[in-house]
Amino acid sequence: MLMFILRRLGVMMLTAFALTFIVFSLTNLQPNLEKLAKSEASVRMTDDQVVSWIANNGFDTPMISRYGQWLGVVPGWVKTMEDGEVRGRCIEKGADPAAAPVRCGLLQGDWGVSTVFKKPVSQILGRSLGQTGWLMLAVMLVMVPTALILGVLSGMREGSRTDRVLSTGAIITTATPEYVSGVIFIALFASATVGVSPLLVHLGLLGSPDALFGARKTLFMGTATSAMDHITFWNFALPVMTIALYGIGYIARMTRASMTEVMTAQYIRTARLKGVSFRQVVMKHALRNALIAPFTVIMLQFPWLLNGVVIVETLFNYKGFGWTLVQAATNNDIEMLLGCSVVAVFVVLVTQLISDVGYVFLNPRIRLA
Amino acid sequence: MTSTDWDPSKPILEIENLSISFFTRLREIPAVMDFSCTVMPGEAMGLVGESGCGKSTVALAVMRDLGKNGRIVGGKIKFKGRDLTTMSEEELRHIRGSEIAMIYQEPMASLNPAMKIGAQLAEVPMIHQGMSKHDAWELARQIVADVRLPDPDRIINAYPHQLSGGQQQRIVIAMALMSKPALLILDEPTTALDVTVEAGIVDLVKDLGHKYGTSMLFISHNLGLVMDVCDRLCVMYSGEAVETGNVVQVFDKMRHPYTQALFRSIPLPGADKNSRPLVAIPGNFPLPHERPQGCNFGPRCDYFQQGRCNAADIPMDTVPEGDRHQTRCLKWAEIDWDAPLKARVTKEKAKIGKVVLKMEDLRKYYSVSGSAFGGGMKKVVKANETLSFEAHEGETLAIVGESGCGKSTFAKVLMGLETATSGSIMLFDENVESTPITKRNVDTVSSVQMVFQNPFDTLNPSMTVGRQIIRALEIFKQGKSDEERHARMLELLDLVKLPRAFAERMPRQLSGGQKQRVGIARAFAGGAKVVVADEPVSALDVSVQAAVTDLLMDIQRENGTTLLFISHDLSIVRYLSDRVMVMYLGHVVEMGTTDQVFQPPYHPYTEALLSAVPIADTKVERKRIVLEGDIPSAVNPPPGCPFQTRCRWKSQVPGGLCDREMPPVQVLEGGHQIKCHLSADILARMEPVIKIAAE
Repeated sequence: MLMFILRRLGVMMLTAFALTFIVFSLTNLQPNLEKLAKSEASVRMTDDQVVSWIANNGFDTPMISRYGQWLGVVPGWVKTMEDGEVRGRCIEKGADPAAAPVRCGLLQGDWGVSTVFKKPVSQILGRSLGQTGWLMLAVMLVMVPTALILGVLSGMREGSRTDRVLSTGAIITTATPEYVSGVIFIALFASATVGVSPLLVHLGLLGSPDALFGARKTLFMGTATSAMDHITFWNFALPVMTIALYGIGYIARMTRASMTEVMTAQYIRTARLKGVSFRQVVMKHALRNALIAPFTVIMLQFPWLLNGVVIVETLFNYKGFGWTLVQAATNNDIEMLLGCSVVAVFVVLVTQLISDVGYVFLNPRIRLA
Repeated sequence: MTSTDWDPSKPILEIENLSISFFTRLREIPAVMDFSCTVMPGEAMGLVGESGCGKSTVALAVMRDLGKNGRIVGGKIKFKGRDLTTMSEEELRHIRGSEIAMIYQEPMASLNPAMKIGAQLAEVPMIHQGMSKHDAWELARQIVADVRLPDPDRIINAYPHQLSGGQQQRIVIAMALMSKPALLILDEPTTALDVTVEAGIVDLVKDLGHKYGTSMLFISHNLGLVMDVCDRLCVMYSGEAVETGNVVQVFDKMRHPYTQALFRSIPLPGADKNSRPLVAIPGNFPLPHERPQGCNFGPRCDYFQQGRCNAADIPMDTVPEGDRHQTRCLKWAEIDWDAPLKARVTKEKAKIGKVVLKMEDLRKYYSVSGSAFGGGMKKVVKANETLSFEAHEGETLAIVGESGCGKSTFAKVLMGLETATSGSIMLFDENVESTPITKRNVDTVSSVQMVFQNPFDTLNPSMTVGRQIIRALEIFKQGKSDEERHARMLELLDLVKLPRAFAERMPRQLSGGQKQRVGIARAFAGGAKVVVADEPVSALDVSVQAAVTDLLMDIQRENGTTLLFISHDLSIVRYLSDRVMVMYLGHVVEMGTTDQVFQPPYHPYTEALLSAVPIADTKVERKRIVLEGDIPSAVNPPPGCPFQTRCRWKSQVPGGLCDREMPPVQVLEGGHQIKCHLSADILARMEPVIKIAAE
């Protein structure tokens, strides 16, 4: 078991290196650097000036070497300018070059400085991951139990009316991308002019200090910016539902498929013909076997959530990981992008590891075979 | 629970004119029509028939578990006087598992993989008797010991996959016995098991039946087994009971042409392939929605009379002087049942020619990783150990053994799907031992071909039959042009006695036996010299088995092919093979001509194997030798003789030699080889297992 985890960790590290290198080389392509030079120094630079800016900022060394510097395994570049100023990767502006460390990269905890936010990447990432963490937690809390219950309910009697209704619902939600459902939600619940809010205002349930739902003009809030400081049901429900809805449909479909298969298994017949009641057949005999397959799917949802997070955070203006990623990408913020990709890679790999280990614990045939 | 007006002198189960149909979108498919039978307390009733005859449907109907599409459309099922067909779900739930219990065909699939054995067993008394969890587990432990499983404490805490097939089936039996049911339904309980394991299970079922006085409904396609277990039987054909009566009467004085045909199509001990070929039942089983008018068996019956047998539905008729003996035949009184079989074309035995295949000291080891995560020690599975034999042209060499004995590995090595670890395989003076199939030349590949066990999976479902055979011809570089190959394909269809029109059919339009014929045609496409038939008929119905076996024999006779016939079915081996090789745990324990192997002296394993085979003949007496325990794992074989853990002769060998040393191969008279420590005089004193009683 331990060997397995160690080996998986090793493979994970290797994958992480490969993936970050790909991202690194893509973001460090020449045209990208030129764009960076223009956005950082001056838009009106001549081509020569761009080349010298790139050189002066250490982007002229080979890709591998730069990747090594970024990781922190290769000494950071040091250059003496024509005016005698010593610049280097690890030398802060105005600081004493001699006092600066030789290497500064991921391994030293130096993730670079974001050009958009003008702050260290690690600081920004930390804050935005914290925000996204709350969002993800809420999504998981809503999504997983709902999806499993719906899946089991529809799977336990295949072809029944419940099954058909739930399956249709699940297909509709999975077929609706986040940017569509998000917009629909906002229009329905968070608009002062259309949807349910004007109706509630008209009925006196909303819009005055003593109304049932409070003094706001809309039932739910159209932005989740306020949730960054203080999460309430009214400012958080829409983004959470937007992400969760998609996953609910998907996981429910998986659970249903797995459940219907289990319900036709021979050991379920055995249980039924032992005189076990239907309820007990489902709870005691079918459930554990039916959850084995969806478990991996749920773990796969974590990386997928990152995707939903990008859209939803932008849509609801919630400054989490997804929003940061979008900002970094649109503004050619290389260090920030790299930081984000490192986080994403680790989220994917760690959830996969958890999923594999968890699978073994859920399935006795694998654990002990 | 029992109704007041029932007492043990009345039948436990009374099925009256039961009709069951399955409803599909297209039509209603009648599965069982007008079925009646009665099971008295303590009686074991056998339901016999080929697949699709409706015997399992009857069993499920008794359990009232026919699924969404199945419905009882007529008749009554009375259990202890109460009609099951009108019971509510709640009432049924009280009867299922407590008064009627069921044992299934596939033990592995019937046990919940994610629940401990103990929990699955204890559930029964907890539901039905409201027993406390602790008491229920205690009872489970006791019943596990009752079904003769070793180390019950370990077993009740194990998961199903940690047990062997035989152990799993014992658990399923234990589960059925947990609340001492009045009626036990066994649906092909041993079909998925090896013969020696089967013998143990059958003994257990019989003993427990006597011990608890349980009535049994025993469903099987194996007539021999039914004779072993049951008091009465009911033969079913195409949804109807065609004959019912007590076992001895039906076996000896059958009064329905189907029963007779069924008996004639199974090999009996002593039957030789060339003097008494099996008689296959002509034609095919009718599909449920294409049943003929009148007698369902009519179109395949030798005694069929136009205008009489196909006029109207035929009722059951009671045979006088019988013990509740009934038959569904209009002509039973007119048929001369004792008429000898029609004079047969005695077929010339094929000449046995020169050595075609020679194996020497063949070994095949596999290394497997120790744990689920690939870590741990590497273990070696010795699938084949020092295999040496010769096979001649035109000869049938049978390879017999139970699952895990290495017979399939041997086939794979010969075919080149695996390469041998050491030793040599000489095929026409060419060593093919370490040549994988991808590197063999076309000649070698086409001269060694295989007929596979499962005809249902071995044909490409999206290619016509003709195309598949032509494809084989192309690969074997037969024929110069497409026309020539097409002509050859039609000849091959003739060879396997399939109509030429079948060339355009898709595999799904064919029955199992027809598919297997296509498989045989494919194997012989390149003029194969050696054909490995890996259990070629075990997936087929009895009546079809005979036809396919005969076909193989005919082709062999004509082409002088060497046939390596891998099987676990000793009756069929005895029927068709010239020489037999018995394998156990990768070792050849006995080899000789069919007569040598089937007559004493035996290797102790062969003896047990022979005694385990159920024989559907009331005149045959056989000694029961039931092997204890399971086949040891090939990963961890016992030291010394591989069979020593289960051998009943072990005490006859002085000095614990069996525990220490691998026995030498003793060559007896006539080249009969036995790998055993037993001395020659003990071997000579062995008694035959099967005796045919004097008539």
